[in-house]
Amino acid sequence: MSAKEAKAVTPLDQRTPKGPDVADEELLEMYYFVRLARAVDERMWALQRSGQAAFVISGQGHEGAQVGAVYAIDREKDWLVPYYRSLASVLVKGMPPTEIFLIQLSKATDPSSGGRQMPGHYGHSGHKILSTSSPVTTQLLHAAGLAYAAKLRRTGEICITEVGEGSTSEGDFHEALNFASVHKLGVVFLVENNGYAISVPASKQMAVPNVSARAAGYGIPGVTVDGSHVVDVYAAAREAVARARRGDGPTLLEVNVPRLTAHSSDDRQEKYRSAEEILHTKARDPMHVFEAELRAWGVLDDARAQEIADRIRREVDLGTEIAEAAPLTDPATATRYVYYEPDMPSERGR
Amino acid sequence: MADRRYLDAIRDALHEEMARDERVIVLGEDVGRKGGVFGVTDGLFEKFGGDRVLDTPLAESMIIGVSVGMAANGLIPVPEIQFADFIHPAFDQIVSEVARMRYRSNNDYGCPMTIRIPYGGGVHGALYHSQSIEAFYAHIPGLKVVAPYTPADAKGLLKAAIRDHDPVLYLEHKKLYRLIHSEIPDGDVVVPLGPAAVRRPGRDLSIFAYGLMAHEAIGAAELLASEGIEAEVVDVRTLRPLDTATILASVARTSRALIVHEDNRFGGFGAEIAATIAEEGFHFLDAPPTRLCGPEVPAVPFAQPLEHWFMPNAEKIAAAARALVAY
Repeated sequence: MSAKEAKAVTPLDQRTPKGPDVADEELLEMYYFVRLARAVDERMWALQRSGQAAFVISGQGHEGAQVGAVYAIDREKDWLVPYYRSLASVLVKGMPPTEIFLIQLSKATDPSSGGRQMPGHYGHSGHKILSTSSPVTTQLLHAAGLAYAAKLRRTGEICITEVGEGSTSEGDFHEALNFASVHKLGVVFLVENNGYAISVPASKQMAVPNVSARAAGYGIPGVTVDGSHVVDVYAAAREAVARARRGDGPTLLEVNVPRLTAHSSDDRQEKYRSAEEILHTKARDPMHVFEAELRAWGVLDDARAQEIADRIRREVDLGTEIAEAAPLTDPATATRYVYYEPDMPSERGR
Repeated sequence: MADRRYLDAIRDALHEEMARDERVIVLGEDVGRKGGVFGVTDGLFEKFGGDRVLDTPLAESMIIGVSVGMAANGLIPVPEIQFADFIHPAFDQIVSEVARMRYRSNNDYGCPMTIRIPYGGGVHGALYHSQSIEAFYAHIPGLKVVAPYTPADAKGLLKAAIRDHDPVLYLEHKKLYRLIHSEIPDGDVVVPLGPAAVRRPGRDLSIFAYGLMAHEAIGAAELLASEGIEAEVVDVRTLRPLDTATILASVARTSRALIVHEDNRFGGFGAEIAATIAEEGFHFLDAPPTRLCGPEVPAVPFAQPLEHWFMPNAEKIAAAARALVAY
């Protein structure tokens, strides 16, 4: 068991109550998104196991941190540059469950790629979510470029980008943080540290206990937050967003999160994680931690919880139905859009 | 008409495009106050300021990766890779991100940018300041690749590249910067990406080349003319998309094809031209499509006799042409 995995969630009675400036309705919306992401994620696995989807890459365990972080930006105005576990983030940013299932089932109307990419490669210009690839960490430079353009054009936009802790070993991680720091760009670099890069533990990935320690090398704040506590992440992210908005530069925000599933549907984590560790990880499930907090704070009761659960079930079922009925991809379209075609309206690039 | 060197023509295009469209920005190593290690971006910093003429950290993946984000958020970046030899750290960004952005997003995002790349040998640059890298990138759907030879094309093709909706690799030959000058048209003249140019008509063979090798091919044609051999020189100038119609039409006239580049032959760009001629113009041919390329060593060696041994030139091209005509 890695040091990261051994970390326990801070017991509720040792924690300060919710911040005074977070309204109950906001907390409940965050809770809705955490549960929605989990329900959508579980449905993605069900679709894979029933043979309808070829592949799943999961965000289970990361939902609390993503919701807390993305909730801190201006969801209309700001940019999200996601990675393959960013399901909760893209939901908060505005993609409805139906669009996620169109992606998961690789349908022609998959809004991210029209069925060209594997599931989990989110992107959507309408929601200001940049298209994602599979080589890890490349997107951090894209986030810095988006923020540079925002600064030059004085749009007031900032950018949040997400990456796993394994990706911080890539050169692009350094190059992006360096460039963004030199130019004091409005970027929040969110590192979701789930302790593993597929099977390689964080202790084999880096010699420092926390990714955030690396921020010192760029002269920027580095913060580590327990990602199971949504409100703590939200508070840290708000600070990072405010700093970005002021033009003071980027923040390296690390969230420690549990990885509740295997890396993907093609991975068997029992080979490299003990049963005891997997069990322990479940105790850090942000959905349960957050629910207990909300109940302790008097924000959530059985009736509200049931109401939210019912709403989510309807949305997930409806989204699945719509996606299942959606048209398959047509090989006749597979040669489109290698280059610009004059007839197409939706392109943002120019 | 103004008499401009190749280098001046590139600089003129950058000045004019930056003045025309405030979305255009230049970024790279030493492109600002210094004006580039070759002086190509000279004067841009003073005219357009450091925010639009950006001296970047020394990191090529960063230069291209940041340009991807800029392009997605309303700018038209013109990143410079200081030497083609140093582009390799950016290969992933160019191939996995730049080239695929439109296709992978099903046209939700484009990636308009022009990557300026000084390349080529014959400048005492040795293994790491002489490389030709066109074959790596011309292979990739989603990219466009140009390699101008004349000053007029250097200007007009750069303007076309900057105004294009898609990413363009603009290969400028370092030896041409100050080697050649010529009259170029006044005003905003754009040379479209794609069409090849027949620089010299001929009946006995066609020589296909680009960049410095187009210049050497002209020299070879002049040598051959004194011997009664009339070589047609086709300046390919856009490698992707490749103007196969002009290439095949030339072979139809001459029945012989000599393809010249300074990159090594095995898997080089010339193989694509040769294969196209063999597949689509076989019935025109009186001799096998033939390549004259850099030798099969990893890169251009430094010492003057070694560099001379490496580089194709007018004499070597003329010799290959004589052999082909005698086939």
